[in-house]
Amino acid sequence: MGGMRVPGMIYTSDKMLGNIGTDQSPKQVANVAHLPGILKYSMAMPDMHWGYGFPIGGVAAFDLNEGVISPGGVGYDINCGVRLMATRLFFGDIKDRLHDLVTALFQNIPTGVGSKGSLKLSVSEEKKVLREGASWAVARGFGEAGDLETTEDRGVMEGADPDLVSDRALDRGKQQLGTLGSGNHFLEIEVVEEIFDETAARAFGLELNQVAVVIHSGSRGLGYQVCDDYLARMVKTMAKLDFQLPDRQLACAYLASDAGRRYLAAMACAANYAWANRQMLMHWTRETFERTLRKSPRDMGMRLVYDVCHNIAKIEEFVIDGKKKKVCVHRKGATRALPPGHRALPDRYRAVGQPVLIPGDMGTGSYVLVGTEKAFHETFGSTCHGAGRVMSRSQAKKASRGRSIVREMADRHVIVMATGKGTLQEEIPEAYKDVDSVVDIVHNAGLSKKVARLRAVGCIKG
Amino acid sequence: MGRDTRKGQPRYAVFDHTADLGLEIYGIDERELFVNAAFALFDSMTDMSCVKRVVTRSFEIEGSDREDLLVNFLREMLALYNGDGLLVKDVCLDTFTGSHVAGTAVGDLFDSSKHRIIMEIKAVTYHMLRVDQTSRGWRGRVICDV
Repeated sequence: MGGMRVPGMIYTSDKMLGNIGTDQSPKQVANVAHLPGILKYSMAMPDMHWGYGFPIGGVAAFDLNEGVISPGGVGYDINCGVRLMATRLFFGDIKDRLHDLVTALFQNIPTGVGSKGSLKLSVSEEKKVLREGASWAVARGFGEAGDLETTEDRGVMEGADPDLVSDRALDRGKQQLGTLGSGNHFLEIEVVEEIFDETAARAFGLELNQVAVVIHSGSRGLGYQVCDDYLARMVKTMAKLDFQLPDRQLACAYLASDAGRRYLAAMACAANYAWANRQMLMHWTRETFERTLRKSPRDMGMRLVYDVCHNIAKIEEFVIDGKKKKVCVHRKGATRALPPGHRALPDRYRAVGQPVLIPGDMGTGSYVLVGTEKAFHETFGSTCHGAGRVMSRSQAKKASRGRSIVREMADRHVIVMATGKGTLQEEIPEAYKDVDSVVDIVHNAGLSKKVARLRAVGCIKG
Repeated sequence: MGRDTRKGQPRYAVFDHTADLGLEIYGIDERELFVNAAFALFDSMTDMSCVKRVVTRSFEIEGSDREDLLVNFLREMLALYNGDGLLVKDVCLDTFTGSHVAGTAVGDLFDSSKHRIIMEIKAVTYHMLRVDQTSRGWRGRVICDV
C-alpha cells in the first residue's frame, strides 16, 4: 500500500466521538487518503457513518491531472438531494386540512419499492432528460423557469453523455422518473419554528410559522446502475493502475483518463435525471396543495427556496495556497455550502451565501443553514448532509417491534403515511444521530451557519 | 434461513450492517454457495413461496477471482429482476470454475397481484466481500445496498 498521502480530518464533538468508534468509518477516511492526487485532507462531516469505500459524510478533492475519480466516492444514489419549497401559508391556514393534504400527497406522488412513474418515456426522450436535467421537466410543464434559478447548478450538469449510460440503466430509469423511492427518501410538510439568522432568513424568504415542503430523493435505479456499471469496469482495470487500493470498493480511474472522463459524463446523466425527478415531484406537490386547499398558484406562492445535491463529484474552482485551482470534489453525504459573493449563486442569495438544506430523521424536521467563507477555504465548500444513521435497519426493526410508529408520530403531532410498514420501522428517529448535534458541530466549526429550524407536521414515505 | 443444505446448515443468514443488508451464505461446495447466494438475494426481496418456476433465463458471468465472480453473479441476478422483472426461484449451474459461471435462472415474472417486494435491493457491493472455505464447506459474505 502506498500509505496515506494527506492527513484525515473528522469534524465531530466529544459526545459524537463515542458513536464514531463503533464502526469502520474512521478507517475509511484513512483509506480515501491513500488515493493519488488527493488535496489537503481526507475529510468527514459529523454525520459520518460507514459507507462503501468512502464513508458517508466524506469529502475529498482531487487534482485534475494527478488525481482520480471514484464511483464509490459519489455513492449509488447519484445526486441524491434535498429541495425546500416555501409557501405564502402559515401553519394556522393548513392545521385543520393537514390530514387531507398528507392523504392527497400520498395519492399523487408515487412512493415505495418498485413504484413506477405515470410517465411513458421513450428512450430518446429519456436521453433528453439525461442531457437537460431540471430544464427538461420545466420545458414539459413540470414547474416554472424561475425554479431553475434556485437549483444548484441550475439543475443541469454539463458534459452529460447519454451514450455512456448502459441499456440496463436506461431501462431502470425509464420506469421510475417522477417517483420518490423508498428507504430514507421522503416528502415532508414542515413549519418554520425558529429563526437564527434574520438577514439570511429574509433573503431565503423564510419566516416564523410559515409552511414549507421538503423533498428528499435522488436518481432512483438509473443512478444505482450507473454507479454499479462503472464500479465493475474500474474494478476490472484496477490491476493496471500504478498504485494499490486498500479496498476494492474504492475502485477509481484517473480524472485525466478515458475511463475517468467516461464515468464523469455518465454520472452527469444520473445527476440530471435526479434534478428532473425532484422538479417533477415538486410540480405535483404544488398541484396537490393548490387543489386540496383550493388556492390559486399565486395565493399559494409555492416557491423553490433551493435544491442541493449531497452525493456528487464536481469540478469546482477553489483557492489553494493563494492560487485559483480547479479540482474535482467528491461529496458523498455532504452538501455544497458556497460563501456570500460566490458567482455560482443566484442574485437574490449572493449577498448572504448559499442555502444549505439538512433534513433530520423522519418526522423531526430540517435545518436551513448558509454557506461560509471558512468552508470555502477549509472543506472545499462543503458541510454535513443530514442526521446520519447509528442503528442498522434490522436493529431499528427490532427496536420498533410491537410499536405503532404511525401513532408515536401522531403523538408528536406528525401525520405519517408510508407504502411499506417496514420502512417506518427502519426509519424510527432513534436509528439516526441527533440532527441538532450534527448541525451544532458544523455551525460551531464555521462550515455553515444556522439560519432556521423547521419542524415536521406531515410526512409521506416509500 | 431457507431450507437446509445437504449438511444441515442453513442456506444463508442475515448479518447487521449500519444502513444495509449483510448476507452470509453457505454451501457444501462452491456451486451450492452460488445457488444459495441467488436464493438469499431473492428471499430477502420477496416471499419465495409465492414465486413459481415458469420462466427461465440463461446467463454467463466472469470474474477475476471467486469474490469478484460472486458479486458479478449476484449483479446479474439483480439485473434479471430490474430489467425483466424476473424473480429468481432457483438457478442451475452448467459450468463453474473459479472465474467463470454459466447456467439458467428459473422463476416468475413479477406480478403485483401475486408477489410483494419486501425490500428494494439497490446494488450488490464489494464492501467486506469474502468467500472462504470452512470446515463445513464454503462461506460467502456480501453486503447489499438497500
